[in-house]
Amino acid sequence: MSDLEKQEQNLVEWLADMREDEAFALAKKMLLEDGADPLRVLELCRNAMDIVGKRFEQGEYFLPELVLAGEMLENIGAIAKPLIKQKPGEEPKKLAKVLIGTVHGDLHDIGKNIVTFMLDINGFEVKDIGVDVPVDTFLDEIKAYGPDIVGLSGFLTLAFDSMKETIEAMQNAGLRERMKIMIGGGQVDAAVCNYTGADAFGTNAVDAVSLCKGWMGVAA
Amino acid sequence: MNAPVQTPEAKAAYDARWQRVMDCVNLKTPDRMPTAMFCTFWLAKLGGISHRELMYNYDKAKELGEQALRELEPDVHNPLLLNVAAGPVLDAVDYKQLIWPGHGLRDDQPYQYLDREYMKADEYDEFIEDPTGFYLRKYLPRVCGAFEGFEEFPDLPGLHYFRLVGGVRGFGRPKLRAAFERILKAAEEVDKFAEQHAAFTEHMSALGYPTSHISTSVAPYDLVADYFRGATGTMKDLYRNKDKLLKLLNKACTFLTRQTIAWSKASRHPIVFFPIHWGPDNFMSQEQFKTFWWPSFRQLMLNIIEAGIIPMPLWEADCTKRLEVIRDIPPGKCIYWFERTDMVRAFEVLGDVTALRGNISPSLLTTGKPDEVDAAVRHLAENVFHKGGKLILDAAFGIPDETPVENARAMYAAARKYGS
Repeated sequence: MSDLEKQEQNLVEWLADMREDEAFALAKKMLLEDGADPLRVLELCRNAMDIVGKRFEQGEYFLPELVLAGEMLENIGAIAKPLIKQKPGEEPKKLAKVLIGTVHGDLHDIGKNIVTFMLDINGFEVKDIGVDVPVDTFLDEIKAYGPDIVGLSGFLTLAFDSMKETIEAMQNAGLRERMKIMIGGGQVDAAVCNYTGADAFGTNAVDAVSLCKGWMGVAA
Repeated sequence: MNAPVQTPEAKAAYDARWQRVMDCVNLKTPDRMPTAMFCTFWLAKLGGISHRELMYNYDKAKELGEQALRELEPDVHNPLLLNVAAGPVLDAVDYKQLIWPGHGLRDDQPYQYLDREYMKADEYDEFIEDPTGFYLRKYLPRVCGAFEGFEEFPDLPGLHYFRLVGGVRGFGRPKLRAAFERILKAAEEVDKFAEQHAAFTEHMSALGYPTSHISTSVAPYDLVADYFRGATGTMKDLYRNKDKLLKLLNKACTFLTRQTIAWSKASRHPIVFFPIHWGPDNFMSQEQFKTFWWPSFRQLMLNIIEAGIIPMPLWEADCTKRLEVIRDIPPGKCIYWFERTDMVRAFEVLGDVTALRGNISPSLLTTGKPDEVDAAVRHLAENVFHKGGKLILDAAFGIPDETPVENARAMYAAARKYGS
């Protein structure tokens, strides 16, 4: 194995193993001292995130690791992105477009953010439209963005009715049939899914990823 | 509200209700399955008023609290006013960690917590070294507008002799003086709030309804994660600042012990409620739970149990994987309240160690029918209580705000029907 290969392997492993200081120092050295291709460094980061995502799905990693991984990625990205000179090659094709937001009345965002991160590292294009999202905003965003999947998030029990109203409005606007709808949150279960008219529900980010992959016909 | 006069019948009812709960705590079989009620903005639904009115109208809150208790007749209930009618005191202290109807939220929304970093990652040492000083100069001005100006609170350790006398001058600084004036006004408002709460509690006691608890405390990890470093800040600290986090958790265990005992004594109620936020299976690994979350909370529980207090943690979300770990407490001293953990499984693992509380699902209560609620209560009565589980029946996390009244009625009626 060449020094370069060893270095690249270390970066992936250290990121995946949450060795933040070492990974960041190495990425910085590669980018600022060795003149490494920033697109290559970002690709290595994505490889590491794949491992993180798999460990999360397997129950080895939990929320702290996802949060830290997201921040490591952001910090390295902040150095790498300004160094990109050539136009990036064709971006890898995304599996599907997902629009996600916390329904009106509810301001909780941790679960939604984790789902967004997990979908992103699993190859989905995700647009996060924030918290306490009014029904009309969902409709406008769906029309403009054209998602394949809509994710409605909510932690409070008031979210049950907000989800139901949002899905009914999609139905009335003739948008319902063109996409799948998943709901998620700490209080959500099969009864809530049935009540709201969603296609499926999940209580964690792994559920969200497998639902989306299932709908898009991708092996989980 | 009239001065409380307890009739002999009401006293008998009060004693019987309380005894049911205490029998469960002591791992004895009560005369029937006790019930508990916890509710907040459900009272607004019950009375057809806005959340905002419930937060600001003491008389209405008391009226609806009484209506709920007379309607449902639970054995014990949460301190209803403290959990809802807090609008005036939140205004008075200009509390920044919540938004509520009229303060960032519409009139029909429940108050919601703002998860933020209220303490920076590089402030661990300062907090650990001098928690009181950190509260005074940093934390309080950040989370309460009334305390703005306390950044200038004089540094006391080291003052001595004439320097101590001269040091008093620092208390006259204009910003500090203005803060003191605001705080005094806020304290008067909090006094009124406390008086309203005490009047309601005494009134309901006189009618035969005991409270499940008065004071609330917090697990050390949750204190740091919810109220200081923020959820994601603390998650990162598990890697970036783990030694300091552990040190702070240890320190927090000490000052929370002191405070929990003092507040419990002041409230003259032996049960202390702990809403548990960061314990669930999905949040951290079992190893992280055993290293960071559990030891300081366990120690806090042991400390207060020694002082005669009954901890009542509400294990939010699903804590099934934690059951074997959290079993490690002295038997007959606690009430473990579960939200989404399977109660039958909890009974199997913990039945010989602790009373249990819960856990009719919020989705069932809000979207189901009374006969479905009845069936869910029956399931718990038959599979937990009648098999020897010391179960106090309640909703999973209180009565959800949107619950139809007939579903709430069905839950308590079913508990009486199947709990004998």
